Amino acid sequence: MSADRPEARDPLAAPAALSAPVTLPEALAGAEPVESVCTPIRMAYTYTPGRALSRYLRAMADKRILGERCGATGQVFVPPRGVSPLAGAATSEVVELADTGYVESFNITRVPIERRPDLKPPYCSAWIVLDGASVGFLGLVINLAPEEVRIGMRVRAVWKPDEELETSAANILGWEPTGEPDEVITDYERIGRIEASDP
Amino acid sequence: MIDVAVVAFTQRQEAAISGESEVEFMVPLMEQAKASVGLTQSDMGFTCSGSSDFLAGQAFSFVMTIDGTGPVPPISESHVEQDGAWALYEAWVKIQCGGIDTAFVYGYGKSSPGSVRDVLATQMDPYYVCPLWPDSYAIEALAARLMLEGGHVSESRLAEIAARSRASAASNPHAVRTDPKSVAEILAEDYVIDPLRPSDLPAEADGGCAVVLATGDRARELCERPAWIRGMDHRGDAHTLGVRDLTSSASARLAAHHAGVAGDKIDLAELYGPFTTSEHLLIEALGLDEDSTAVNPSGGALAAHTMMASGLIRIGEAASRIWRGDGDRAVAHATSGPCLQQNMVCVLEGD
Repeated sequence: MSADRPEARDPLAAPAALSAPVTLPEALAGAEPVESVCTPIRMAYTYTPGRALSRYLRAMADKRILGERCGATGQVFVPPRGVSPLAGAATSEVVELADTGYVESFNITRVPIERRPDLKPPYCSAWIVLDGASVGFLGLVINLAPEEVRIGMRVRAVWKPDEELETSAANILGWEPTGEPDEVITDYERIGRIEASDP
Repeated sequence: MIDVAVVAFTQRQEAAISGESEVEFMVPLMEQAKASVGLTQSDMGFTCSGSSDFLAGQAFSFVMTIDGTGPVPPISESHVEQDGAWALYEAWVKIQCGGIDTAFVYGYGKSSPGSVRDVLATQMDPYYVCPLWPDSYAIEALAARLMLEGGHVSESRLAEIAARSRASAASNPHAVRTDPKSVAEILAEDYVIDPLRPSDLPAEADGGCAVVLATGDRARELCERPAWIRGMDHRGDAHTLGVRDLTSSASARLAAHHAGVAGDKIDLAELYGPFTTSEHLLIEALGLDEDSTAVNPSGGALAAHTMMASGLIRIGEAASRIWRGDGDRAVAHATSGPCLQQNMVCVLEGD
C-alpha cells in the first residue's frame, strides 16, 4: 500500500466516533450503565367496523351469519367487508347463510398458545365453507377427536347459550360434525382459489 | 425524462366518517377516479397507496383497502406508510423506469377513532421524546413561540392566514372548517395551546383521495388539459427537533429549488401546512409572492386535514385547477413529520 493512500478500514470495526472513550463527569464515574428501558405505549381507539362488518356482527347476536354477494361475479363473501376483491367494486346484496358447511382444510395444533388458555391442545382449526358461500372462513372443529377430522366433513355451528350472545364472532364456539355424508371434493387444485371473471 | 401528468382526481373529507370502513369509503372514490378517464384497474400499469397503521390501529391495514382496487388478476402494487403524495412520487419514479403509461395512486386515513394529536407523538424519537408523549399541537406551539419571539411572524399574520383559509374553504365542498371569521375575530379567540388559537390548528378530518397518472400522448387522450408534473423533489430535515431551526424550513426550500419553483410565475399554490405557522414558513421557503400567487384556494389543510391524504389532495387540487384553466403553473406541496420535517414540492403546468 502506498504511503499517500489511507489504510483500508476493517469494515467490522466500530466507527472512530463510537470507539473513542466518552469523558464522564466525576459524579457519574462508576455509575452502572442502563441496560434497557421500558417505555410503554398505549393508544386507545374507538374502532368502528364499517357498514358490512357492523351488519355481520349485529346478525351474530341473533345467531345468523351474513355474507355479501358481488353483483359482477355472483360470488358470496363471508365475513363480508363491503367489497368484492375480484371486481374491485362494492358488494351489492346481503345474503343470509346457513350455519352449516363443510371442512375444506384443517390443521391440528399440538402446542399451547400464549394468552389463550381456553384453547387446549390438541385442537383442530379448520377452513370451513358455509353452504351458499364462495370462500371459506376460519373456525374450530369441536366435539370430536382432532384425528377424526377430514376434508369434506359436514359441520354445523355450535353457538354460545342464548343468554351469552353478543355482537361478536366469538358467539360461534366451534363447528361440530352433522353426521351427514361427506362433501365429495374431486378437484383439490381448485380449493381456496376463486377465478376472476373476465372484465 | 418521461412526461407524466395528473389526469384524474377524486376526494372525500369529512369531520368523521364513522359508519364506514376505509375500504368502504375508498371504493367509490377509486371507481370514480378511474371511470372519469374511462379506465379500469386492468389498464393501470402500477398502483401505489399511502396510509398508516397507527391511525387504523391495526397491522397491515392497507391490505384490506387493496381489495377495493380489484387486485385480481394480480396487480403491480406498492404501499408507503406515508401520505399519498409519497405514493405518487413512487409511481412517478416507476413510470420513469419505463414500460408503463398509467398509474393509480390513492391515500386515506381516519383520525377520528383515536386522538390524532397523541397518535402523532409516536412519530417522535422513541427513547428521548416519545416517552414524554408530546402531542403534535404542543410541539408546533414550541415552534410558534420561537417564530413569534424571534420576530419571524406576528399573531396578526397568522390570523390573516387563518382568515384566508376560512374564506377560501367556503367554496370547497370537501372542506370541514368553512365558517368565515375576520382577523379581529380570530385574534379574539382564546389560546388552545399558547401561542396557538383554534384557528391556527388543522381541522382534523377523515377521508381519502385517488389520482390517475398518465404519460405523454396517453395523458392527452384521457384529459383535455393534462396537469404535467414538471418538477418534483422531496427532502427531509433532521428527526431530532433540537438540532433544527424551527423558524424556517430548510428542507422545503431545498425541495422547491430542485423542483424548479422559481423558474416562472406560479399562479396558484396548494400547500400542506397543518398550522398557520407552517403555512407561513412554506410561503417563505417556496419564495411565493402572495400578490401574484393564489395560496391555498381550496382552504388547505387548515380547512380539512386528512392524515395520509392531505398531501396528495394538494396535488389533486392544484391539478384540477389547471384542467379547468384557473391557472397555467401551480405548485403543490406535501409534508410529513413534526414541524414540517419532510417536504415534497411538485410543480404542475398546463400546456
